Amino acid sequence: MYFHDLHSALHMDGHGAFVWAAYAITCVVLLLIVVAPLRRRRRLLREMSAEARRQRGVPTQGSEA
Amino acid sequence: MWTFFHKLGSPPWLYAISGSILKYLLPATLLALGVGMVWGLLFTPPDFRQGDSYRIIYIHVPAAAVALAGYYVMATAGAISLIWKMKMADIAMQCCAPIGAALTFVALVTGSIWGKPTWGTWWVWDARITSMLILLFLYLGVIALYEAYDNKAAAARACAVLSLVGTVNIPIIYKSVDWWYSLHQPASIKFTGESSIHPSMLYPLLLMIAAFYALFACALLLRMRAEILDRERRTGWVRKLLEADAV
Repeated sequence: MYFHDLHSALHMDGHGAFVWAAYAITCVVLLLIVVAPLRRRRRLLREMSAEARRQRGVPTQGSEA
Repeated sequence: MWTFFHKLGSPPWLYAISGSILKYLLPATLLALGVGMVWGLLFTPPDFRQGDSYRIIYIHVPAAAVALAGYYVMATAGAISLIWKMKMADIAMQCCAPIGAALTFVALVTGSIWGKPTWGTWWVWDARITSMLILLFLYLGVIALYEAYDNKAAAARACAVLSLVGTVNIPIIYKSVDWWYSLHQPASIKFTGESSIHPSMLYPLLLMIAAFYALFACALLLRMRAEILDRERRTGWVRKLLEADAV
């Protein structure tokens, strides 16, 4: 590792706030573009199987709104 | 060749194959991103002139490169959907736009944060930055235009034309640092001739560029799968899929 302790890694000679903020924002955005479609697909599958069950006349499980 | 083209246009085939690709590609991509980030943040030496602020390069350059490449993917998909009226190409085009917008946003924000300690300002109306901002608006324009139409076929046509017209911007972005002398530094990695970057910094950068490309592919496939499912919800193969899932 280039830095000898945690403090110098976080501080980065005064540039730490910039560098870590840039990485944090990037991580959030990258996570969002992966997680958002996964969640949408799960929601769709849930909706559609509930719909299919309704059509077959089987009562849906769990609490209904 | 033509059977492959036909398969690409088939929603169940694309849904199935993308599922088995993602099973390996997504974990590998996340691993590469993690390794690349830690490498760039903690294990590379600082730049002799910019100090540690240069570490932003490991996210800024890959985000910008893939934002540009993603535009080509979107415009190509747009052209295919315009010429052959392929539904899957339309879906691909539509799914590229939000991912491209997100990556352009990352490139602009990280560039801005890099600019503060390096140039002393968050923002300049420099050619590279302004043309990247136009790229962001092009992506957002495609998203907005798609939402503006009720008729999906008309929306696909309008978006395809917009994205094709917008490709003019891409070579301008590439060349902007050479054509206009500005604050933004020119390219350090060159395909021809000597790169002006030390191997200890080059390897993590190349890893991150590859990881960002892979991430774009993953995000695109994930989005397409959700969109395919939504559009095909009334078809037989989706019903079968649900039954298999329910057991």
